[in-house]
Amino acid sequence: MAETVLETENLTMRFGGVVAADNVSFRLAARELRCLIGPNGAGKSTFFKCITGLLTPSDGRIFMRHEETTGWHPHEIASLGVGVKTQVPSVMDGLTVRENIWLAARRRHPVVEANRKTADMIERLELNAIAAADVGRLAHGERQQVELGIVAVGDPWLVLLDEPAAGMSAGDVERMVAIIRELNRSAAVIIVEHDMQFIRSIASTVTVFHQGSVLMEDHVDKVMSDETVRRVYLGKKG
Amino acid sequence: MRGNQWREYLWIVAVGVALIVALPSAIDTYTLTVLLVYAMLGLSLGLIWGFGGILCFGQAAFFGLGAYAYAISAINFGESTIPMLIAIIVPAAFAAILGAMMFYGRLADVYLGVITLVVTLIFYRFMNSTAGPEYMIGSARLGGFNGIPGFQTLNVPGYPDFYVWGDSLYYVVAVALLLVFLLVTWLLGSSFGRIAVGIRESETRMSLMGYDVRARKTVLFTVGAAIAGLSGAFFANWAEIVTPGLFSLPQSAEIIIWCIVGGLGTRIGPMVGAAGLSYLKFLLGQQSLVDNTLITGLILVLFVLFLPRGLVPAIVSVAGRVLTRRNRPSRRLRVRRAANG
Repeated sequence: MAETVLETENLTMRFGGVVAADNVSFRLAARELRCLIGPNGAGKSTFFKCITGLLTPSDGRIFMRHEETTGWHPHEIASLGVGVKTQVPSVMDGLTVRENIWLAARRRHPVVEANRKTADMIERLELNAIAAADVGRLAHGERQQVELGIVAVGDPWLVLLDEPAAGMSAGDVERMVAIIRELNRSAAVIIVEHDMQFIRSIASTVTVFHQGSVLMEDHVDKVMSDETVRRVYLGKKG
Repeated sequence: MRGNQWREYLWIVAVGVALIVALPSAIDTYTLTVLLVYAMLGLSLGLIWGFGGILCFGQAAFFGLGAYAYAISAINFGESTIPMLIAIIVPAAFAAILGAMMFYGRLADVYLGVITLVVTLIFYRFMNSTAGPEYMIGSARLGGFNGIPGFQTLNVPGYPDFYVWGDSLYYVVAVALLLVFLLVTWLLGSSFGRIAVGIRESETRMSLMGYDVRARKTVLFTVGAAIAGLSGAFFANWAEIVTPGLFSLPQSAEIIIWCIVGGLGTRIGPMVGAAGLSYLKFLLGQQSLVDNTLITGLILVLFVLFLPRGLVPAIVSVAGRVLTRRNRPSRRLRVRRAANG
């Protein structure tokens, strides 16, 4: 097994009386691709937010590359080399595509290097035609792509994607999968997703959340055929 | 990129110098001086609000602090060079502390407005209550609602007897404003400024990129306060008296109105708004037919209704449209320049 890049130890998050994440112990190896699934309210997003520092867990510990990051601020975690894509695209609407990506590149590189990396990333994502347009004017799929560009240009070793395929057309999803695969060559990736089609197309280990804790963790095909998972999650769809 | 930047600086200096020379033939220098002081104050809020997204209701606090810091230290030092520096440092230091408290305490939006407003009012109340002889700083009496008159005004550095006043004060203030404007331009073109604008657009994204939003906002807030402090010091030199009225609610509100009317997100807008509205106020002050505040209020309402982005952005977009008709290919460039203020 490769080096562990992310580990949580009995991670628990309580909101008042509600236990949103209950004793989650989770491990992710370097360059692994992992999908988190589960019905609404299963605790995926809470877990996700605890890792990224947007929430401070009530209990338990988080380690990244063997460094404890429990209670760190999002910018400190990001500075380690962790890229995050939020559920609702979080991009700078009033700025151009180029400026959005440049700001991400500038965090880790001096200006000249940042300029070069920005140009490369725009090339790679084929965003040339819209590079000078304000992000706020773009279509949803393009905005998602810009956000992925922001994440990718930081050369992360851990990428956290919250519902990257939400609201995207089939063609967009295909491109998204290609980008994620490329990211995955150098980084471990966690994807929180509802879209089973998308998860199948990416085919990886899946962790199933249910009522705040991990129900099961296995390869996507096994998870899909599991009775319990079908009952709690896929239920109606069969 | 580099070449463009130098060209921009050159343009600013050329236009600035032309204006400095030309303006006195339209308006007397005494009035002009205070208009430029207000322009600098407007620019200070325009910087932190328009580019940093920090809506500060208390820019008047830094303005007043600068004025008071100047007056008090000028009495104590008997010359003006060090007091001018103190007038920048004191508001900046105060803003750094206040800003750190607010930004590290994760206060945002309306709370930030409330706190900065309350701080201004505390200064106002406090300064009003310092009439007694026990309120002394060094040999300067704070003077309560009467304010502090009779301090040493601006002199040539090293020569306390050579006063800078009248026309010379106008030129000094004008050149200072030009330098501040160049500084703001440089700042906004630098990584620091671009990151500040990024933070205005999305704090979440910027912190997920790894930027420490709190620290950066505090620094920007401090820079804004330093500029406001400098303008306060010039105001003190112009008025030759400082009073608690500098901290008053109307003063605070006015700065915000300047920015809205002139145009947020531009550098020139808040300056034009400040100087323009102040001049209008000055002209209206010479007649007694209509009330001054009524007109200011009316202008604000009309702008919010019909030109919500402010005067300068509106002019730029109209000019852009006219130019497009003549010359299509250059439009993109112009619009982009306009967007950058």
